[in-house]
Amino acid sequence: MIGYRTLAPQDRSWKQRLRLELMRNWQLYLLILPGVIYLLLFRYWPMLGIQIAFKDFKPTLGIWGSPWAASRGETDVLKHFERFLDSKFSLQIVSNTVILSLYSLLAKFPCCILLALLMNELRSTRYKKTLQFVTYAPHFISTIVLVGIMQQLFAAPSALMKTGGIVNTLVTALGGQAVDFMHDENTFRHMYVWSDVWSGMGWGSIIYMATLSGVDPEQYEAASLDGATKLQRIFYITLPALIPTAVTLFILDMGSVMSIGFEKAYAMQNELNRPTAQVLSTYVYTQGLNDGNYSFSTAVDLFNSLINLVLIVAVNTISRRVSDVSLW
Amino acid sequence: MSDKAHGHSRIRQTRADNLFDAVNVSIMFVLLVIMVYPLIYVVSCSFSDPLLVVQSKIALFPKQVTLQAYERVFRNELIVSGYRNTILYTLLGTLTNVLLTTITAYPLSRKDFGAKKPLTVLFAFTMLFSGGMVPTFLTVKQLGLLDNIWALILPGAINVWNLFIMKNYFQTSIPGELYEAAMIDGADNFYMLRAVVLPLCAPIMAVMVLYYGVSHWNAYFNALLYIRDRFRYPLQLVMRSFFSAQDYAEQGGAGDDGAVQALLVAETMKYALIVVASAPVLCLYPLLQRYFVKGVMLGAIKG
Repeated sequence: MIGYRTLAPQDRSWKQRLRLELMRNWQLYLLILPGVIYLLLFRYWPMLGIQIAFKDFKPTLGIWGSPWAASRGETDVLKHFERFLDSKFSLQIVSNTVILSLYSLLAKFPCCILLALLMNELRSTRYKKTLQFVTYAPHFISTIVLVGIMQQLFAAPSALMKTGGIVNTLVTALGGQAVDFMHDENTFRHMYVWSDVWSGMGWGSIIYMATLSGVDPEQYEAASLDGATKLQRIFYITLPALIPTAVTLFILDMGSVMSIGFEKAYAMQNELNRPTAQVLSTYVYTQGLNDGNYSFSTAVDLFNSLINLVLIVAVNTISRRVSDVSLW
Repeated sequence: MSDKAHGHSRIRQTRADNLFDAVNVSIMFVLLVIMVYPLIYVVSCSFSDPLLVVQSKIALFPKQVTLQAYERVFRNELIVSGYRNTILYTLLGTLTNVLLTTITAYPLSRKDFGAKKPLTVLFAFTMLFSGGMVPTFLTVKQLGLLDNIWALILPGAINVWNLFIMKNYFQTSIPGELYEAAMIDGADNFYMLRAVVLPLCAPIMAVMVLYYGVSHWNAYFNALLYIRDRFRYPLQLVMRSFFSAQDYAEQGGAGDDGAVQALLVAETMKYALIVVASAPVLCLYPLLQRYFVKGVMLGAIKG
């Protein structure tokens, strides 16, 4: 905008300025046109569809033609929200979502930092490179494959597999009771979170490794000359160097505690673990796309989006105050 | 990620430090095993005799190597079509993504572009709020894209996060004077993008191709929503049906020998399927690791 002003004096009318801008930059407008069409069609047009959360959507009448939500003959646009908030499921699903994401965050976060700290201390460059190579790799395994691997390794004993998968074989060989890890509401969260740690820990450590590579080596030398042991150097030099990055990432992550992704939770879900595995995103899917309760599903989705929005804005404000970093 | 801090001659190693190093190396070794073992185990099972696999006789290396499982995988027309579809979706999808993201990021990176600010805000807002699952589904349906390959490509044609990474890269790596100089020489924006920006920004293009490519290869959500015809399923969705449908069905007990054998191979087939589905990405990963890592760093630098 600044560059523009210097070229187009302010005393021109807005029409003249618009014409000048279009004449000068028509190629830029042409380039961005497809992107803008995409933006309007696939990002903003669906937002208009949110109105069905306040309506009784009938596919034959369409989004605009469907009547406003009504119960017992009276218009009650918040009907679907009330239904969700009044149902006993809602509390369970919301708490499932929050517990799962908090557990995930609290498990993964220290693991990434610890991994970076320890890798940073390795004296053999080749060993470090190998570790980085190997720990980053599972990040590229798809959700379906990850869940597939888990299903195979943690399989319960069956008629075909007398001792179950490798894990249960080990458990029973050590005298324990076989557990049906993948079909149990009590194990779901642990399976979800620790497989997440397995696949994401290395990738999550990259950012910390980068931060550490910026630490001045002279600090270590000076500390060493003063007689600091390696452990002391970690506590007084390396760890403090990581804290700003860690605090920022942690705060920003807190902004998404209500948005557990759909793909993994859904891929792991089955009849038996659903009491803990049903989270908001999977509930929106089953209600809307499976059962055809479009309006209700959209209401739940909107409820979730609004909470997410509030959380992200709040968390960003905090982050900006605390560490001067924010998403915008 | 250099290790300039360590192994330096001026740092004395005390006995405590040596102990620390030994413990550290051991912990890291355990971690290495935890990371690698499941992958090796899966590969070994896929090549082993199914009977030994279901009896949990495989510990590390394959036993009585056989390609039965892979034969079954490649003879299954659903898997083969899924594989073909995924390749097509990945190629076409990535091409669309990178093309659209580039031509959108370029104007947004130009300081003298009058609509820069409002459009940036419009794009950014979609990172915070979206129409949600059902309204997006209804939009795709209204556009007549159900069961159409474009339903897997268009709804996610521009990843706004990637768009901003690219825009910031353009802004920081190409000085404004370069534009001015080129404009004075009579270059227009099309020429600038093609002949100046793209050659200078090859690294970011590589990162984009990789990120979009991997996400297409691994995706199943859009297909779950928009694709009904099983022969248009991408591989991930085909796999999902293999893993979930036979989950409990196979516990039916022993029938005649042929049926048992079929059930056995069905078990190793899952391992083979995992290998076949992950192999392309994991084989490319070593060659492209540094670009992926670079991508993380680009995403971390705020614009």
